[in-house]
Amino acid sequence: MTTEMAEPASRIDLAPGIGGGGEIPSFDITLRVRRYNPEVSAEPAWDEFSLTMYGTDRVLDALHKVKWEQDGTLSFRRSCAHGVCGSDAMRINGRNRLACKTLLKDLDTSKPIIVEPIKGLPVEKDLIVDMEPFFQSYREIMPFLISKGHEPTKERLQSAEERERFDDTTKCILCAACTSSCPVFWTDGQYFGPAAIVNAHRFIFDSRDDAGDMRLEILNDKEGVWRCRTVFNCTDACPRGIQVTKAISEVKQAILNRKI
Amino acid sequence: MPTKPAGTLYRGREGMWSWVGHRITGVVIFFFLLVHVLDTSLVRVSPEVYTSVIGAYKNPVMGLGEFGLVAAIVFHAFNGLRIIAIDFWKSGPKYQRQMLWAVLIVWVIVVAAFGVRHLSIVFGGH
Repeated sequence: MTTEMAEPASRIDLAPGIGGGGEIPSFDITLRVRRYNPEVSAEPAWDEFSLTMYGTDRVLDALHKVKWEQDGTLSFRRSCAHGVCGSDAMRINGRNRLACKTLLKDLDTSKPIIVEPIKGLPVEKDLIVDMEPFFQSYREIMPFLISKGHEPTKERLQSAEERERFDDTTKCILCAACTSSCPVFWTDGQYFGPAAIVNAHRFIFDSRDDAGDMRLEILNDKEGVWRCRTVFNCTDACPRGIQVTKAISEVKQAILNRKI
Repeated sequence: MPTKPAGTLYRGREGMWSWVGHRITGVVIFFFLLVHVLDTSLVRVSPEVYTSVIGAYKNPVMGLGEFGLVAAIVFHAFNGLRIIAIDFWKSGPKYQRQMLWAVLIVWVIVVAAFGVRHLSIVFGGH
């Protein structure tokens, strides 16, 4: 025997019009994407797409719509689509952003929205760049815990203050928005770049790590922290709000003040 | 509609433009110093040649050039202090934007004061 259960009355009174799944405002946009396909042409070219999008859509949704409904050859990286994996860093209206964290309604939709691959890394196709030089620098600063002495039998203890010291730089998602916004990196691909220095900072100032001096030695290179010209593009570009230039300054100070 | 695939400018904010300004004024000052060392070294050739070359600078075009040079040096000097503060003052990176506005305000005041004095001499006839 089944009894029809009456749905319990909501305990929250909603104003009329709220929660009713009302119409989401829609608007028309033009997406201008910098295309490059070495199998077709050695020259990059602009392509424009007209789309009707909604107030809740992001640049990534517009790219999806193009790829799924208009031009399947459009290539870009994305994985989680929620600002955590760091795959879809691209230059949107001239600034490095994550496509999945940039709402279309926050951009000027009266003009074409310009989407380009990030600068300073070799473009492979459309918005996809070769990230290898970026990860090469990342590996060189040894982004892992190095400790001397015996393995502790318990966890490695750390005070809240010691943890706070490098909290900002733990947020990095390796999207390369910072490194590819750096004018020094554009002209000098050998420069370690902000992201590698941020991740070095994360271990240099970690009280549990014993290889800080080694990392400072690596970054004391002429292609290391001294290449930083405090342009602040990296700080402005970081989708996680990391104070990148500040972290680089702290590494510079650590190199100057360390005991030899 | 494929259009020309020219590279587009990165739209950096205050930090990037102050860096661009610092670079440009740096190069301007470098070329001035190059010429300055050459014309001053003429005094070793002969004091008369030196005097005539320096005398040739006394025309309105060079006067405007000197004004531009001082404007470049004043910006480079004060922005240089800002960069030192960013590197060595703990809160420097946090206040870099405010410091840039301070630099620009001081720059306008100094350059305006110098401009009134200098250009009135250059164009004042004596």
